[in-house]
Amino acid sequence: MQNACVDVLETLAPCLTTGGLDPGIAQFISILIGVALVALFPLVLVILLIWLERKIAARVQDRLGPNRVGPFGLFQNLADAVKLIIKEDITPAGADRLIFNLAPIIAVVSTTLIWAAIPFSPIHIGADLGIGLLYIVGVSSIGTLSVMMAGWASNNKYALLGSFRVVAQLVSYEIPLVLALLVPVLMTGSMGMQDIVRAQQGMWFIIPGLVSAVIFYISNLAETGRAPFDMIEAESELVAGYNIEYSGMKFGLFMANEFMHAFTANLLFSVIFLGGWAGPLSTQIPFLGFIWLMVKTFIVYIPSLILRATIPRVRIDQMMAFNWKFLVPVAIVNVIVVAFLLQIVKAIGWMPDPGNTDFLAHVPEAIILLAGNVALIAGVVTMLRNSGRRERLAEAAPAANDEHAIVAVH
Amino acid sequence: MLELNVQTIAFLIFAICSLGGALGVVTSRNLIHGALFLIVSLFGGAGFFVLLSAPFIAVVQVLVYIGAIAILIIFAVMLTRSMTGMRELFNRQWWLSAIVGVLLFLLLTIAVIMPVWGVNGSKSNQPVSDQVATTQDLGMALVDGNQYVLPFEVASLLLTGAMIGAIVIARDTED
Repeated sequence: MQNACVDVLETLAPCLTTGGLDPGIAQFISILIGVALVALFPLVLVILLIWLERKIAARVQDRLGPNRVGPFGLFQNLADAVKLIIKEDITPAGADRLIFNLAPIIAVVSTTLIWAAIPFSPIHIGADLGIGLLYIVGVSSIGTLSVMMAGWASNNKYALLGSFRVVAQLVSYEIPLVLALLVPVLMTGSMGMQDIVRAQQGMWFIIPGLVSAVIFYISNLAETGRAPFDMIEAESELVAGYNIEYSGMKFGLFMANEFMHAFTANLLFSVIFLGGWAGPLSTQIPFLGFIWLMVKTFIVYIPSLILRATIPRVRIDQMMAFNWKFLVPVAIVNVIVVAFLLQIVKAIGWMPDPGNTDFLAHVPEAIILLAGNVALIAGVVTMLRNSGRRERLAEAAPAANDEHAIVAVH
Repeated sequence: MLELNVQTIAFLIFAICSLGGALGVVTSRNLIHGALFLIVSLFGGAGFFVLLSAPFIAVVQVLVYIGAIAILIIFAVMLTRSMTGMRELFNRQWWLSAIVGVLLFLLLTIAVIMPVWGVNGSKSNQPVSDQVATTQDLGMALVDGNQYVLPFEVASLLLTGAMIGAIVIARDTED
């Protein structure tokens, strides 16, 4: 096994054993390094993400953004991080000390744990669980808990009000999110993350699963508390939201978690709907798969930043109505339609083998599913137009009467 | 004799989580603390499912019990002022719950130590089946006409009924 050390990135454990190390310890060291890398990568990436977000928001608002510290202001966030760390760490007198301190940690942990099940390349994944997708949903639902703990432990009414709103939002938007995730699972026939990516080597799921991709993207914006759903930090309404009493690095953890979570959500989108590491040569050179994944993620992440800088915040009741009266029903119908069409495709015999990487083999299946999606969109749009027209007519009728009444008084 | 490997250590950690959390639930005077201890306890339970190589059930435990039910409990406690201020450890029904608790404990202990029910009967130290079922097997079993399709459908009807009932109760009476 002399050539085991040629590509250390792929075969660290066999490489260590050539030096005469016990295989068990070698395995342990390689897993430990992997865990450290996977856990530290998002934490370091967040510094870059905040810089990117500030730059893009500045451009949208016709400003320059950070440009003083380092080239292009790249080190601005390092300076900010140092500032956050050396700031006084205040715990309010009436706070529940343990829960107050635990909340930011749980928030960051719940996001970092998601990274454990994300396939970065054909061979690099923290843990290729058979239930990877469900694991991701389950772990991210713990994040809701941290918001609740923070809001309650702060002993501040604004924090508590903020956390109520946030929890209502997070719990509600989890439903369309999970329903949208059912579609890729149906198409793959597995919940394993690697299986999902491998099934997309021929055709990315965004084409046969267009509606669920859109639903997933929207509910992800809400789950991560990004505009237009950033109720989480509606400054003008809630002073600051659930994290109002936090200062110093504990606040920094919440903020970093927000950016990390937003990026993770887009990473998931590119893994589940844009083929993850699948791309030219990615099976031969695994590291290239990682690059493809990052490129795809930034392609969906940057529009979400521009969205955040341009769209105003929606009202909380509008947001809940949009979720329960629009997204959830559409998501349910979508799952039924896709499941039905998939059975038809299977019955005709056009269903390609899951491991088939040939693009053309997936075309008939994709066309049928896409047609189903387009029909669903057309139906939804027609229904929306009709109900909108009825509403306008109903509004116009009394309004006309009122005008007559005013004229009559004059 | 107990053999000290990773599994045993994990089992001990989860057992401490589970039992300690459960103890915390009944001894803490603060209801929110109690609810959070409940989460620790449920987390320990999820860990046991992982050790039993049932990852699907473990994740469902986290998703349903921690992600939904525990949050619902905390929500209910926080929104009810009279409950947030509650400090008593016991109410008048403590003896009834004590009896039920002890009986359940005895029942479970007896069932574990000398199993009288189940496929195995007295041969409890042998696993029910040497074949490890996957999530796919579970899914197939739930929709298989010869296996669990009837309980599955009954449960989903029940859940739908409960959901409609909840909506009807929560609905404004005006329209």
